[in-house]
Amino acid sequence: MNRRPFLKLVSALTIASALAASAATAETIRIGAVAPKTGPLAGGATVTQWPSIYLWVEQVNAAGGLTVDGEQMMIELIEYDDQTNPGETIKAVQRLATQDDAHFIIAPYGTGLNLAAAPLFDRYGYPQIAVSAITDQQPELSAQFPNMFFTLGTTTALAADVVKVLTDMRDAGQMGDRVAMVNVADAFGIELATAAKPLFEEAGFELVYETSYPLGTQDLSPVIKGAAAAAPDAFVAWSYPPDTFGLTEQAMIENLDVKAFYTAVATPFPGYGARFGAAAEGVLGAGGVNPDSPAFMEYAAAHEAVTGEKPDYWASATTYASLEILGQAIEAVGLDRAAVTAHLRESTYETILGPISFDENNSNPDFWTVGQWQGGVFKGVASRGRDGTVPVILKDGWE
Amino acid sequence: MSLTATDIRNLCLATLVFAVCALLPLGDQGYWLGLGVTIAMFTALATSWALFSGPTHYISLATAAFFGVGTYVTGLGIDTLPFWSLVGLAGVIGAVLAALVGLATLRLSGVYFVIFTLGLAELVRQVITWVQNNSGQKGLYVLTDLDEAGIYWWLLGLSAAVFLAGWLIGRSRLGFALRIIGDDETVAAHSGINTARAKVLLFMVPGAVAAMTGAILAPRYVYIEPSLAFAPILSFQVVIMALLGGASRLWGPVLGVIPFTFLLEAVSSNFPNQTTLVIGVAFLVIVYLLPGGFVGLMGRINRHLNTREGT
Repeated sequence: MNRRPFLKLVSALTIASALAASAATAETIRIGAVAPKTGPLAGGATVTQWPSIYLWVEQVNAAGGLTVDGEQMMIELIEYDDQTNPGETIKAVQRLATQDDAHFIIAPYGTGLNLAAAPLFDRYGYPQIAVSAITDQQPELSAQFPNMFFTLGTTTALAADVVKVLTDMRDAGQMGDRVAMVNVADAFGIELATAAKPLFEEAGFELVYETSYPLGTQDLSPVIKGAAAAAPDAFVAWSYPPDTFGLTEQAMIENLDVKAFYTAVATPFPGYGARFGAAAEGVLGAGGVNPDSPAFMEYAAAHEAVTGEKPDYWASATTYASLEILGQAIEAVGLDRAAVTAHLRESTYETILGPISFDENNSNPDFWTVGQWQGGVFKGVASRGRDGTVPVILKDGWE
Repeated sequence: MSLTATDIRNLCLATLVFAVCALLPLGDQGYWLGLGVTIAMFTALATSWALFSGPTHYISLATAAFFGVGTYVTGLGIDTLPFWSLVGLAGVIGAVLAALVGLATLRLSGVYFVIFTLGLAELVRQVITWVQNNSGQKGLYVLTDLDEAGIYWWLLGLSAAVFLAGWLIGRSRLGFALRIIGDDETVAAHSGINTARAKVLLFMVPGAVAAMTGAILAPRYVYIEPSLAFAPILSFQVVIMALLGGASRLWGPVLGVIPFTFLLEAVSSNFPNQTTLVIGVAFLVIVYLLPGGFVGLMGRINRHLNTREGT
């Protein structure tokens, strides 16, 4: 029997496996990302979620990667479009966990998609640092999914701080107590309105006009006309992106005369300021940042340089901060996911928003709640535990 | 009821296939089980869809409406009622809703029916939203211990029930009546068949099945909101899968469900930035190249072979 071919084969296999092994030691960190690129939430995700992910990966790799156990490891990003469909989110997370063998997975976008993915993050032991998942159920959810962390705040805090801002304005004698409150008849809009109504009444406000409109309503002039007829001092809309723009436009057309004008989601988008220009001055909205902090200014400049787009003034920076947190935890304890999760519970992280740590419910207790367009920039005017809030200004016409 | 030797052989074969499928969670708890859930879900939906739309040629786009109703039944009831009763309840509600829709629309000709069913998902969604808006309801969370394997077995059981129901209907007077209606409704009416009643009765099957599928899948989604529960894309996916397989045979749709699930999976993993575009192209290719689905293709091949043998 001629042994040569067999030996050749064995040596070839040995060399091949040695090569594979050496490739494995110079391995990259595989980080998965799944979020909408199409479907109803794509508009928000392509402003808030994806650019911050690209920016973070680019910056980490430009700096030579993350230091894991004394070794520099580059990041390999594996991205999927879930088409704003929870079934697709579930499939993509499963694919990342079992087929792509991702070391870590960035939390999906939106409350529904984050929660659809939560059982899988839980089962495979991935830490899930959720950003765009605002809910009052954080204690229950973190009990059910101990790997799930929350960064952007609660529904009630968002509503309560609007009431607080208006209360302060009224108590300072800047306006009366007549409030017009409207909401989009969809999940988050209903939740916010339900949370806000008793708070307004408790604070002694008179709800002079109250209505809701279906998601996707094109003609919002009846809403604004109805509100204007009730002669309110403040107008509050628990709105979604399309109607945030629509209501503002109608308010300009009707020249709605109020001292405070609030629209919720998407008000902090750069596109809002760009579209309404000077008319946006004084408009209140959900979220906020401290745009004058050096950390945010540096982030915003890098965001624009790398992705060609400006970040929004709320969840963009929080998304980036959630990635900073993940990176710092990996550098501290390595690629062991259980150790990273434990580290998330115990440590404080330095981020562009300032220090962030998680409480006993895996929640970040320090977040922005209300912001306002002032001089072409959306500045935080109310927060839970964040520095840099600026005083509120009165809404003075639409010119 | 008399069973021929072929019937008994088919029944045994089907039982065997389902028994083998039921073993999947023992082999893999991750990726393949996830695909298994998708396949089982669409098998139940597409097969029940074809039960009605195959013989009658009415294209129903109401799957998302019934599915959404089912997820809401589980979402609203999970804290008070046991899960199995919610699945049953969803089936009953789905069937009643289908009967109401059927009574209102199945006397109309095909195109009106299509439009109405397409609007139905939006209608039901708006009604639910209206109720939630007026009652000030918070988001619905479905937190259960039911894991992926449990959901898979529920869906597999439902698919088996759909196949059994389809097989029984095919052998019944109702099935015979529907085939006549599909061929020529005027002839059917003149032969003394109550066409409206037959169509309404059959339409209740996909309604109930889609609602039950939604009820079973609600724990998988955890958070129920109208835009996710009533996503219209589901209705179209079911139609395209059933047509790819072929709606004229009971086992036709499943031949479309399996390749289409793998196709979608391959597209979403390889083209993360063009998923929707590639799926759209796949739709076109299917419609152009396989107008009768795989069942039609197999029929053509058979005929081709037969003529070759004949010469």
